Amino acid sequence: MPERVMFTMGDIACAEGALSAGCRYFGGYPITPATEIAEWMARRMPEVGGAYVQYEDEIASITSVIGASWTGAKAMTATSGPGVSLMLEAIGLAVMTETPLVIVNIMRGGPSTGQPTRGQQGDVMQAKWGSHGDYQIIALTPASVQEMFDQTVRAFNLAERFRTPVFILADETVGHMRERLVIPDEHDLKIEYRKLPKVPPEEYLPFKADDDLVPPMALLGSEYQFYATGLTHDERGYPSDKENVQIELITRLNNKILHNADKIIELEEFMLDDADIAVVSYGTPSRSAKRAIKDARNEGIKVGMLRLKTVWPFPEKAIADLASRVKHIIVPEQNMGQIYHLVKEHALTTPVHLMAKPAGMPQYPQEIVQKIHEVSS
Amino acid sequence: MTRYEIRIGGFGGQGIVTMAVVLGETLSLIEGRECVQTQSYGPEARGGASKSEIVIDDDEVDYPKVQEPDVFVAMSRAAYLEYIHGLKENGILIIDEDLVEIESALPKGVKVYEIPATRIADMEVGNKQTTNVVMLGALAVITKIVSTEGLKKRVEERWPRFKEANLKALELGIKAGEQALAQQG
Repeated sequence: MPERVMFTMGDIACAEGALSAGCRYFGGYPITPATEIAEWMARRMPEVGGAYVQYEDEIASITSVIGASWTGAKAMTATSGPGVSLMLEAIGLAVMTETPLVIVNIMRGGPSTGQPTRGQQGDVMQAKWGSHGDYQIIALTPASVQEMFDQTVRAFNLAERFRTPVFILADETVGHMRERLVIPDEHDLKIEYRKLPKVPPEEYLPFKADDDLVPPMALLGSEYQFYATGLTHDERGYPSDKENVQIELITRLNNKILHNADKIIELEEFMLDDADIAVVSYGTPSRSAKRAIKDARNEGIKVGMLRLKTVWPFPEKAIADLASRVKHIIVPEQNMGQIYHLVKEHALTTPVHLMAKPAGMPQYPQEIVQKIHEVSS
Repeated sequence: MTRYEIRIGGFGGQGIVTMAVVLGETLSLIEGRECVQTQSYGPEARGGASKSEIVIDDDEVDYPKVQEPDVFVAMSRAAYLEYIHGLKENGILIIDEDLVEIESALPKGVKVYEIPATRIADMEVGNKQTTNVVMLGALAVITKIVSTEGLKKRVEERWPRFKEANLKALELGIKAGEQALAQQG
């Protein structure tokens, strides 16, 4: 399809991004503020020859997505915090069985039912630590309608490349705001697919990784036979209670993400070159911060921003490097402080100042300007 | 032009969000301007408070929400009472005169434009659902932030089945806006 231009909301940009990335299966259950993704997929999937299924709940939705992915389809679901809470057990299964899929969480006010129509960033730690066990996850944090598209394409590419669930973590404001979206010509998009086995079926070991720590993935129903289980398994996929099998598997599952962190993490530097003060931010608060930085720069204060487009794996090297260049770091989050703790850990001796706001509106630019004044004096 | 902020407030069902979306579509897709549209509403489908905002800027819009609106369109008493204090000095206030009364001191220099949008939609267009399009026509001539030609084009593209009623609503809104401007002097 040639280039298209729309004035549309982040949720719809996300759905279009998924379709452009080759997503052909959506299993979900509607929930504010992610419902528009499901609605758009229900309309568009039949047009592209894909399947849209609405399930009885989020548990069925995510497990269907796992199954769809095993047949070779690029598959996704979209929900909000309460839905992710229900999906967590199956997300662990997807990690353990190395199933490529994308989970979109349009974050709303929590805990529990919270404020459905208001945004928040309360689920950042949930995305990383929600399921039990020791694992890594990839989570991308778009801050605009265009990025909802771009990062959803990227989420599918990363899921396919590393055989892992990938989160899109967007707040309600990004999900529901409307801006211009340019959907590139399909030939201009870089689309990745999972590695298929190259060996004959009788030699196939379904969980034997290549040098990049990722095993080629056979498709369910092909001539390759395999067994995928949530139990700790060896290279053949057979369950094992041996200590070395557990250590090898869990180490590899973690390292396939951590050793590739440089390839996964994307950041934006804004007016940082000569900055004494840095704001570290993601999602909607980063847009308040941009306004605040321009205003503070007009007053002659040297301040800039490191915007995280990826929060998991956490960009610890970039934070350590930033901390060595600036005198203060300010972290505005639409929560009680989640990424803040990681920034603090990796900033070492550089003071890190939290601006916590567990509410629907991001920090007002003026509030961030005030904080900049406070730390610069 | 620098940053320009528009806030529209009313109750659910008046087409508050659609009004801002059509404005945003015209600005973005037809006039090539940088803008962001956001909204906030409660869990109710109709009757609750509804607010929608457009921020326009020369470059990419950073902070997407309105801070101090240059223009406030009040289409219900509740919205008027809640948001009137944020209006910028010398700003523009457009009210549906049958639904909203000026019942408090306004910020300094504010110009008030009274548009009977609901009445025009009901009596002259014959369709109350076009209230928001009437208001959009008035907004365009009062603020000059968007061209009436652009709006016409967008309305035609957007509602092919209801083109006639909406174009009529837009025309009547433009006329009402011109009258309100003349009254202001």
